[in-house]
Amino acid sequence: MFDWFAQIGKSAIDFWARLGGEVLLFLQTVMAFSKIIFRPGLIIQQLFSIGVRSMLIIIVSGFFVGMVLGLQGYNTLIDFGAEESLGVMVALSLVRELGPVVTALLFAGRAGSALTAEIGLMKATEQLSGLEMMAVNPVERILAPRLFAGIISMPLLAAMFSAVGVFGGYLVGVDLLGVDTGAYWSQMQARVDFDQDIVQGVIKSVVFGVVTTWIAVYEGYTCLPTSEGVSRSTTRTVVYSALAVLGLDFLLTALML
Amino acid sequence: MQATDKTLVRIRDLHFSRGHSKIFNGIDIDIPKGKITAIMGPSGTGKTTLLKLIGGQLKPQQGTIYFHGENIPTMKTKKLYEVRKKMGMLFQSGALLTDMSVFDNIAFPLREHTELPEVMIRDLVLMKLQAVGLRGARHLNPSQLSGGMARRVAFARAIALDPEMVMFDEPFTGQDPISMGVLVQLIRSMNEALELTSVIVSHDIEETMAIADKVYVISQGKIVGHGSPEEMSQSNSPWISQFVHGEADGPVPFHYQASSFKDDIFSGEYVD
Ligand SMILES: Nc1ncnc2c1ncn2[C@@H]1O[C@H](COP(=O)(O)OP(=O)(O)O)[C@@H](O)[C@H]1O
Ligand SMILES: [Mg+2]
Repeated sequence: MFDWFAQIGKSAIDFWARLGGEVLLFLQTVMAFSKIIFRPGLIIQQLFSIGVRSMLIIIVSGFFVGMVLGLQGYNTLIDFGAEESLGVMVALSLVRELGPVVTALLFAGRAGSALTAEIGLMKATEQLSGLEMMAVNPVERILAPRLFAGIISMPLLAAMFSAVGVFGGYLVGVDLLGVDTGAYWSQMQARVDFDQDIVQGVIKSVVFGVVTTWIAVYEGYTCLPTSEGVSRSTTRTVVYSALAVLGLDFLLTALML
Repeated sequence: MQATDKTLVRIRDLHFSRGHSKIFNGIDIDIPKGKITAIMGPSGTGKTTLLKLIGGQLKPQQGTIYFHGENIPTMKTKKLYEVRKKMGMLFQSGALLTDMSVFDNIAFPLREHTELPEVMIRDLVLMKLQAVGLRGARHLNPSQLSGGMARRVAFARAIALDPEMVMFDEPFTGQDPISMGVLVQLIRSMNEALELTSVIVSHDIEETMAIADKVYVISQGKIVGHGSPEEMSQSNSPWISQFVHGEADGPVPFHYQASSFKDDIFSGEYVD
């Protein structure tokens, strides 16, 4: 009987201890930003491997998503004789939802999984312990620049996704299906609002940047230091990131609308 | 407790467990300054764990580890990082940073901890590489190195900041006879040239005994014997003699703990 109580108590304590540990690690990483700001080399290196290396997949996907929006939008809008509004529809869908969300999902698959595997392998091959023994704090030297670069990269990537998507919608809508060029652009210009639409999209992608990069970095840092442990953590990164992004998207949309 | 002049690391009554398994059950170790101390024991006895305890990466449940008269487990993080600059550690795998060249690996601690200009760093790195005989390998990546070379590079990196003590985790394991010989000679000569205090953790008896000044044998969480290599090889304690002479059965049993063979055979269980 007492064993049973003790067991519950122990699980509860373990849970809170683990949560506390996670929060603490996150705070330590964020605090370390103040130090790595003075080492732009480290951040630029990560911006390259996290951000620049994700650009191709983001641009190609954005282009296709934009083209699909053009097609589907045109087909629906034409029934109401509103095909002139195609530009607004494409732009709003991209800027408010698809840009931040799809970019974050692709980012988790491309950059997040790579981050987890990289950090996990560093752990498995004792490189992280090695850093500690060289009196170099891995939270500052490894985690912080990656998290920082991820947070900067995400909104930029989402912006690229949306921009390329708008262009894809233009190709299909205007060049292929014959929507008026002037209408496509001018309606978009008139009806996409900076505060309402652009800022909301940017807020979302910054939040997604923090969440997906943190999940990736955390999973790598805390993985079991074996090849199996690394591969499991990599999978977890993608799964948790996807769930977190979709869940948070609903929450943020509800809060900001 | 005051460290005497000759003792660099003084471990007293050290207890450490992982979950339910007790890894150290009250051990005392003195590591003399400027000497080579070997800590030996079968695999899984906690030799690597001991080095991590000395480096402050793990905290013992009980006991003290004095380095220069200061207790490592109770140190604040900042102080601990200062102290670690005086210790070098060679991990079993080398633990070289895989995303940079041999040169940058050795320059790494210098770049992180000093404000030295690049020209000076270059000279220092080349000196360390020359000492381990790998000046010509400076442009290689860690993945292009053999196991023995990786350990020599790791050695060069460990002494980059001119530490007082270097800890070697299984430096000889898995080496061919030639690189084994190179490493043995390197550890011995560096110990003398740099007046290093060296700690070697190993289960390669012959090589370790050949260069050690002092040997500790650990088994099942206890120190089962210590002394000079000669004293150890003549010891008539069954623990030490089994380990030193490599006997398959003895106080450390050949069989993993199990019920009696007869009961097992006749119990009729298919799977356990
Ligand atoms: N990170 C870890 N988590 C849990 N147990 C561990 C970990 N590292 C080592 N151990 C266990 O601690 C014991 C001692 O390990 P170790 O110090 O690596 O031994 P040695 O270096 O002497 O072979 C082993 O039984 C090992 O299974
Ligand atoms: Mg070991």
